[in-house]
Amino acid sequence: MSEIIDFLGDPWTFEFMRRALLAAMVVSAVAAVIGSFVILKGMAFIGDALPHASFGGVAVAFVLGANLYLGGALAAVLTAVLIGFVSRRGLIKYDTAIGILFVGAFALGVLIVSTQRNYTGDLFSFVFGNIFAVSWSDVWTTAALSAVILLLVVLFYKEILFVAYDPSMAAASGLPVAAIQYGLLALVGVTTVIGLQTVGIVLVVALLVTPAATAQLLTRRLPPMMAVGALVGVLSSLAGLYIAYYADVAASAAIVLTATGFFFLAFLFAPGRGLLWQRRFVPAERA
Amino acid sequence: MEVRDIRAGYGSHSALEGVSFTIEPGCLAGLVGPNGSGKSTLLKVMLGLHRPWRGEVLTFGGPGRPEHGRMGYMPQSELVDWAFPVTVAQVVLMGRYGRIGLVRRPGRRDRETAMAALERVRLTDLADRMIGELSGGEQRRALIARVLAQEADLLLLDEPLAGLDATAQHDLLRLFEELRREGKTLFVATHDLSCVAADFDHVVLLNRHVIAFGRPVDVFTEENLSAAFQRHLFVLPQGTTIIGP
Repeated sequence: MSEIIDFLGDPWTFEFMRRALLAAMVVSAVAAVIGSFVILKGMAFIGDALPHASFGGVAVAFVLGANLYLGGALAAVLTAVLIGFVSRRGLIKYDTAIGILFVGAFALGVLIVSTQRNYTGDLFSFVFGNIFAVSWSDVWTTAALSAVILLLVVLFYKEILFVAYDPSMAAASGLPVAAIQYGLLALVGVTTVIGLQTVGIVLVVALLVTPAATAQLLTRRLPPMMAVGALVGVLSSLAGLYIAYYADVAASAAIVLTATGFFFLAFLFAPGRGLLWQRRFVPAERA
Repeated sequence: MEVRDIRAGYGSHSALEGVSFTIEPGCLAGLVGPNGSGKSTLLKVMLGLHRPWRGEVLTFGGPGRPEHGRMGYMPQSELVDWAFPVTVAQVVLMGRYGRIGLVRRPGRRDRETAMAALERVRLTDLADRMIGELSGGEQRRALIARVLAQEADLLLLDEPLAGLDATAQHDLLRLFEELRREGKTLFVATHDLSCVAADFDHVVLLNRHVIAFGRPVDVFTEENLSAAFQRHLFVLPQGTTIIGP
């Protein structure tokens, strides 16, 4: 018994592990809430694009000696607005605009980084995340930004829901649809930037998409979907950090793969909707 | 409502050319034309969702967009995301959102209005169902309930009759009749020429420009219909019987 307690408790005797856990849980919970809108609106591609685009801002901030996350957030939000602006002209499709602008901003980051001699350590951690390097001030910044994001979602839930569900009717009802759509994109942008530290540019889309998609298989209405998604995210963070600690593997990849595992469990076993459930029960009903 | 010389389009593609007509208050008016004739674009211009290149729309005697809630809109059913995780009651309550204002929550009166609208389309029993679980006809009734919940004086409906069976169409037309008697004005885009011919007061026959406008019996002449639909429609010389493609 005490062995189990030691096994479970051992990682958290280290302060860097406690910080990592707190940061990962907060980020993955808020990412699941925002991610619910992302998957319902088919915005997974933009969830991948914004963190990449933020790299351009991170690199610029690095050269200027400014706050890297602020630079990343500005670049993500600016790219989101540009994507909206370019695609609203109606000359090219939305996903084409995303493809052009996010790779452009990412390439800008690569270009700037290539001019720096001593870049590798600091900037590399943005690409793959370095959760064990988060400081307490990072944790509090993450928590404060997450609280602001959640507050905005609660305050404007009615509007975000209406615009996400039926933008033309929302516009006809007099809602400021463009402002709400840009606002949602900005929230996705900020969420991905606070996720950068945890899992990095390449994997942050998984925090948005995977827990929310898992929850979609287990729930019917949106608020429970957000809650279950947040729970899946928190559990993935916890399990991922155990795996990282005991197997000595990259924490970001362990967190993401745990979430992927939860998704496939739900995909197979979700009551009523899982693949095995359908195999098992649907033919019986027909017979 | 008066539409004056509207020209509109997307990019360099023109969808409407010099469209003008007037809808009298308290009448049931139809908007008829082939696919791609600009029906949906015209409705969007009238709602203020699409800015025309030229021309203006006067509603309730004034230019510009009327105050919130005076104009109701029902989009085409195919354009609605039926997989979205909301209940029927929530969707109908959305009809109230324009009146409620930002941030504020729906109040008791909003809920009562939404429930009354559901009652009117006989969907009360399905209020807590997810919208994705509804049949095609029930989905249409949910959208109608939402536009009723708006309590608008002028209703713009995009293809409310499409894909409904004869009974459901009949029920919907009876509801239109009731609304007209209550003094509402309805402008309904549809492909169903026989419904328009039988039940509507006025009709706009559109194919990028207005081919004819007036009472259905005057508008639905062989000449006008073949101008609108080219060869895709056949009109029997005896009169009202019309056979679509």
